[in-house]
Amino acid sequence: MATVTFDNATRLYPGGTRPAVDKLNLDVADGEFLVLVGPSGCGKSTSLRMLAGLEEVNSGAILIGDRNVTDVPPKDRDIAMVFQNYALYPHMTVAENMGFALKIAGIGKDERATRVLEAAKLLDLEPYLNRKPKALSGGQRQRVAMGRAIVRQPQVFLMDEPLSNLDAKLRVQTRTQIASLQRRLGVTTVYVTHDQTEALTMGDRIAVLKDGLLQQVGTPRDLYEKPNNVFVAGFIGSPAMNLFTADVAEGGGVRFGTAVIGIDRALASATKAKQITVGVRPEDIVVSEVQGEGLPVTVDLVEELGADGYLYGHSEVEGRRTDIVARVDGRSHPNMGDTVYLMPAPNHIHAFDVESGERLLDTAIAH
Amino acid sequence: MAISGSLNIQAAMVDPALLDLPWDLPLQDWPDENIATLPKGISRHLVRFVNLSGYVIAVKETSDDLARREYEMLRTLQRLEIPCVEPVAVIAGRTDENGAPLDSVLVTRHLKFSLPYRALFSQSLRPDTATRLVDALALLLVRLHIIGFFWGDVSLSNTLFRRDAGSFAAHLVDAETGKLYTGGLSNGQRENDLEVARVNIAGELMDLEAGGRVADEFDALEISERIVAQYRTLWKELTGWETFPNQERWRINERVDRLNELGFDIEELVIKTDESGTQVRIQPKVVDAGHHQRRLIRLTGIDAQENQARRLLNDLDSYSAAFGKPHLDEEAMAHEWVSTVFEPVVRAIPKDLKGKLEPAEIFHQLLEHRWFMSQNQSRDVPLAEAVSAYIDDILRHRRDEAMMINPATGMFTAPIDLRPGDLEAAVDPADGDDWRSKV
Repeated sequence: MATVTFDNATRLYPGGTRPAVDKLNLDVADGEFLVLVGPSGCGKSTSLRMLAGLEEVNSGAILIGDRNVTDVPPKDRDIAMVFQNYALYPHMTVAENMGFALKIAGIGKDERATRVLEAAKLLDLEPYLNRKPKALSGGQRQRVAMGRAIVRQPQVFLMDEPLSNLDAKLRVQTRTQIASLQRRLGVTTVYVTHDQTEALTMGDRIAVLKDGLLQQVGTPRDLYEKPNNVFVAGFIGSPAMNLFTADVAEGGGVRFGTAVIGIDRALASATKAKQITVGVRPEDIVVSEVQGEGLPVTVDLVEELGADGYLYGHSEVEGRRTDIVARVDGRSHPNMGDTVYLMPAPNHIHAFDVESGERLLDTAIAH
Repeated sequence: MAISGSLNIQAAMVDPALLDLPWDLPLQDWPDENIATLPKGISRHLVRFVNLSGYVIAVKETSDDLARREYEMLRTLQRLEIPCVEPVAVIAGRTDENGAPLDSVLVTRHLKFSLPYRALFSQSLRPDTATRLVDALALLLVRLHIIGFFWGDVSLSNTLFRRDAGSFAAHLVDAETGKLYTGGLSNGQRENDLEVARVNIAGELMDLEAGGRVADEFDALEISERIVAQYRTLWKELTGWETFPNQERWRINERVDRLNELGFDIEELVIKTDESGTQVRIQPKVVDAGHHQRRLIRLTGIDAQENQARRLLNDLDSYSAAFGKPHLDEEAMAHEWVSTVFEPVVRAIPKDLKGKLEPAEIFHQLLEHRWFMSQNQSRDVPLAEAVSAYIDDILRHRRDEAMMINPATGMFTAPIDLRPGDLEAAVDPADGDDWRSKV
């Protein structure tokens, strides 16, 4: 097992004007499950392929443990791309299917048997070691395929969108299995996905990328509660955070519809701007207790999900139609066509610079 | 009638018979009347083979994105003249009789006379056959890498093979994991494909070994390692720089000849001299496979595989040498050879034997047979005599390979999709042996 370090790692494609990955600095701890997430074209898969040795690193370096692997061929990096090959061989037993790559690598028979048994125990495959694939269930076959990667005892597992072809239900099932297996194995893992829910549920830490630039790296909670910038705020969380521009009122505070919400003194002095971008998560926005106070929102739809529901509506902010999502009680909630006044829950407003999109201080705005 | 709801078909050319297939059923439930055979999938997704107005198509059920991506990829590879299966259609918007959505499918057409590797031997695989398969795959991989295609899952199973005058020609079947890089591939990408190929080939051959389907003297590891050496030799010859003193400029022609011999034409060659003008450096920039194929087609109109073409051209050249007339140019001699040698042989093949092998392959085998007969009998056996002997002694006893997709290629997939109830596994009668003896 080992740490993984991206040290100013940059990938510029031939003929490209902008790097696909731009000076990436990232430290993955030993045994950590790190998820690279971002929209299409953000550089997440390129970063993974740089680590795998499939993409050239134009400048900077990549280290596995203390070893600089920047110019090391893929097969000598001691990594395993999990799910790369799914094929199981019908005439070989489970044990042979799991161990044949070790045979190719010239590892002795006793060592092969030890490693295969260890992996089989981990994967609950011990009773089936002597079976042929045809006598296995689909799930067991999948575990044998994973066993092929595990017996190699690589320093790092790499996974590139392994669940992207599954339907929603199977995706949830399989991601739980992968996450729990990774924790039992304790092998450093770098996992790429475009799906922020997958990232939040699987990763010890998440690195968010956009346009080849690292936006933020942190625990799922860090990213959810303290997004560094407007992009991370909008990308992490579903439904997404409500984001809109608000005027900074004279004497401090920001305008939230008809209400003025006092802002932290430190925040007030941190920005001289007349406007800031305000972000409120759907669960942190509530129907105002005082009629007529807050942001007037016309209800377009209420999605009932049992105990909870989501209110989808719109409001005029700065003369522009702005869509708003709020979590409401699933049983008693406003109806389509109603106009309600919404207010943010105390201490749950995120503030960002209008120009740069960067987060303004860590302190939330007081109510 | 199969068409329900709004089926969405993307195809270069639609065969109306395609519309009659039961698209409202999941592929695994298609009735036997539609299914040509049922090879155990060689792909991550369910693939079934279907008879369609005189030819066989492969139908792969997969996600819409993947189906379209692979369809476009195969079209691109075709345009780049890479030997691969022919993409026929993507069919989306399928629903079952209750209106529930079904996965999209990718339809590809199976090349006539192309076979999975497990169908290329009857009892056991001999090392020399395996070696020729690996050589064919190495050549395909080099061609793919030259155009910037990263395969991702190189294996014998993802390839179909056509007989090619004693060798094999490899065709790409599964482009699902592939990606085209217009700027070319990095060394890491090429090395990764090569390593994946080596491990997969070893696994595939060791599987045949475990099934008792290889000859005694077979060494799966040694054969699998051949892909690396063969690939590197070809890659160096096709793309490498070569430096020599200015006075040895004949080495340019020598390089061109070597590439021609390997079956490539040079479209563009970079030649550089150093400042003193004493050293010359050359590197092929654009190479085109099919050197002999093109010459044969230009001279005779016969479309054959590369080595078949080489063989036919040799025969044509000997014919010209023996019967050449001063007033006849190369084209005219070729015309004469076709009408007096090649066509009479093809016409002599009884109709019921035409599905055994491709005409060019038959011609190659006939020449081999004639040579053996002549050796045995210490005389020049005339062509007509060799033809009848070949038909009766050899061809008649071969199986039909034109539309052959059996036997099952036998690879299992480890489907990542877990289905409820999957967890109940059948009991394997082989249980009870000590598994450690087999690791």
